[in-house]
Amino acid sequence: MLVYLAKRIVFTLPIMLGVAIVCFLLVHLAPGDPLVSVLPPDASEALKQQMMALYGFDRPLVEQFGRWLGRALAGDLGTSIRTSRPVVVEVAKAVSNTLMLAALATIIGFILGTLLGFIAGTFRDTWIDKASSFLSVIGVSVPHYWLGMVLVIIFAAQLGWLPPTGAGPGGSENWRWDWAHIRYMILPAVTMSVIPMGIIARTVRALVAEIMSQEFIAGLRAKGLTRLGVFRHVVKNVAPTALAVMGIQLGYLLGGSILIETVFAWPGTGLLLNDAIFQRDLPLLQGTILVLASFFVVLNLVVDVLQAALDPRISRS
Amino acid sequence: MWNVDKVLNKDAEHFAPDQIGVTVSRMPNLLSAKKVDELTVELTTKEPDSFLPINLTNLFIASPAHWKKKLTAVPAAVADPKERAKQAWVAFAADASGSGPFRMAKFVPRERLELVRNPDYWDAKRRPKIDRVVLLPIPEPSARTAALLSGQVDWIEAPAPDAIPQIKSKGFVVHTNAQPHVWPWQFSFAENSPWLDKRVRYAANLCVNRDELKQLLGGLMEVPKGTVPPGHPWWGNPKFEIKYDLAAAKKLMTEAGFGPTKRLKVKTITSASGSGQMQPVAMNEFLQQALKDCFFDVELEVVEWNALFTNWRAGAKDPTSRGAHATNVTFAAMDPFFAMVRFSSTKTFPPVSNNWGYFGNEVSDKLIAAARNAFEDKARDAALANLHAYIVDEAPFLWVAHDVGPRAMSAKVKNVVQPKSWFIDLAPMTLD
Repeated sequence: MLVYLAKRIVFTLPIMLGVAIVCFLLVHLAPGDPLVSVLPPDASEALKQQMMALYGFDRPLVEQFGRWLGRALAGDLGTSIRTSRPVVVEVAKAVSNTLMLAALATIIGFILGTLLGFIAGTFRDTWIDKASSFLSVIGVSVPHYWLGMVLVIIFAAQLGWLPPTGAGPGGSENWRWDWAHIRYMILPAVTMSVIPMGIIARTVRALVAEIMSQEFIAGLRAKGLTRLGVFRHVVKNVAPTALAVMGIQLGYLLGGSILIETVFAWPGTGLLLNDAIFQRDLPLLQGTILVLASFFVVLNLVVDVLQAALDPRISRS
Repeated sequence: MWNVDKVLNKDAEHFAPDQIGVTVSRMPNLLSAKKVDELTVELTTKEPDSFLPINLTNLFIASPAHWKKKLTAVPAAVADPKERAKQAWVAFAADASGSGPFRMAKFVPRERLELVRNPDYWDAKRRPKIDRVVLLPIPEPSARTAALLSGQVDWIEAPAPDAIPQIKSKGFVVHTNAQPHVWPWQFSFAENSPWLDKRVRYAANLCVNRDELKQLLGGLMEVPKGTVPPGHPWWGNPKFEIKYDLAAAKKLMTEAGFGPTKRLKVKTITSASGSGQMQPVAMNEFLQQALKDCFFDVELEVVEWNALFTNWRAGAKDPTSRGAHATNVTFAAMDPFFAMVRFSSTKTFPPVSNNWGYFGNEVSDKLIAAARNAFEDKARDAALANLHAYIVDEAPFLWVAHDVGPRAMSAKVKNVVQPKSWFIDLAPMTLD
């Protein structure tokens, strides 16, 4: 197992290097001036050159990458051009905000998705199944942006039940787990949860339908188990796969959603990326993408290792 | 002096190189500052520049005492003086000091700025009536509108035009006023540009029914007569009147050799969004349709906002212009350099500044020099009026709209005076 773990970590290193190169180059290859957020377009050429030198943008690209990577390995992702604050500080705060939102969205998505999936799988090929499947397909297909706006119009603008934007009455700095703050999370979390809900529902439906058709279920029924007793056995068989799907969905949600966080002005990684893109804040953009990409790499590593721990055949193969 | 040093004196303890871009670039002639006496500062410039006093506000005066406090609070472990200064400026930004009617109470970057009334403000008549103002960035226009309609906020900037009827129907008030902000097409005068012919430039300006465009935008624009409006000190008296006159436009195009069977192909680059761009795609498509009536075939190319902005400086001849004959970057026109000089001087040809289309000649250069050398307000305004009249008569732009800076507010917010500016005075406002 230790050898497997070491191998997986070694394999991760070139992936991380690739991620670093891609996120550095993509940002540099994009059209536009990296100083657009701090230098007006009518500034003199001499001033522009002075600022390019100040931020190190006048150096060869390879040298810029080397310096950036060296600093990143030491935990320094540079300074935001727009705010002069360390990128690490900005990203850390945004990640914690997105984590809260993603966790709630995953819980909502998992509960509703599992419920819909079980109902559809249990009442297979009935109108209940079709209605549940329709809802799960809608969940996967509906554009987030549109759904977010519709929820805002209904529940904030029309009914006035929930606030439409922000991260609490005092902002995310003063976040507390009370109703005054949690109500700010509900609309973005529900919007964010529809895709995992749809995916989990479809997965669970297929699993339940398959398990219900297996012989051991007929055996359990023949032994005189009540409906609830049979159901418990189905849940035990469905749970590992459903949890694995949920874990993957949580990984996706951790990356935040530019559209959802922008619509709801939720100060997470999505909104931070949106700011960085529109303000062409290169250090912030690079730092945020690197952190998010690293999340995925590390998450995959953890999942691989956990799978191997649960099923030793994987590590042996 | 301290504030001049912060961006010009590299040896100063508080030198802030990252502030240079938004300060010195607005006053490129400024060389140094010297104290004459307790109430007088002598500023030295590279050449006579009567625009300097107008642009000095862009120094963004900071308090030396407050900055020193922040510097003292930087941990001793940070030994590098440059790093100490940098950290002091970051701390300053998070807790700025000021002597205005409001004071900064809390700042969370990208999330909120809270201001509280300054009870010790020197002008007792202008001491604020509102205790606290919270500013929240909400980038999405529909979300801003929802925030207003739900009562989460009392005021939003730039509501979406199509939401205006709904906002008004619910009892909210929309404040607008013409601002020094121009929405144009800036023509190329590069070789082979179709806009080199003045008749074609005039025809385009006469071919657009701006009242219809205003209707399209829910009334959220002002019909332009030039870069500045009639009655402005820099208006002058241009001979060319910007208006809708389809017959005159067609006649000019016919004289220039175009007609129903020989149409003129022009290409314009624009963006899908961007600071001050209003509704660029809808507005450009309106122009595309309008100009069809005058034998123009307009090709629009939409590029990313930062790419368009960067190209603005690169100029019409640069490959990043993609062969466009006009660019659609909106601009502020609140000072002489921003409004006119940068678009009409041979010294501001790309890549020096934003004279994207290479419009400029001896006449415009002389008019600019006369304005820069006029140190009495009236004489300077008169010189700038001559420059403005010349620009309108030469028509290096298709003037399409002036922004009106719409703000939608709850009826509870009283004593609002919507200025002809982005900057609004909070001090006299009250909240029921």
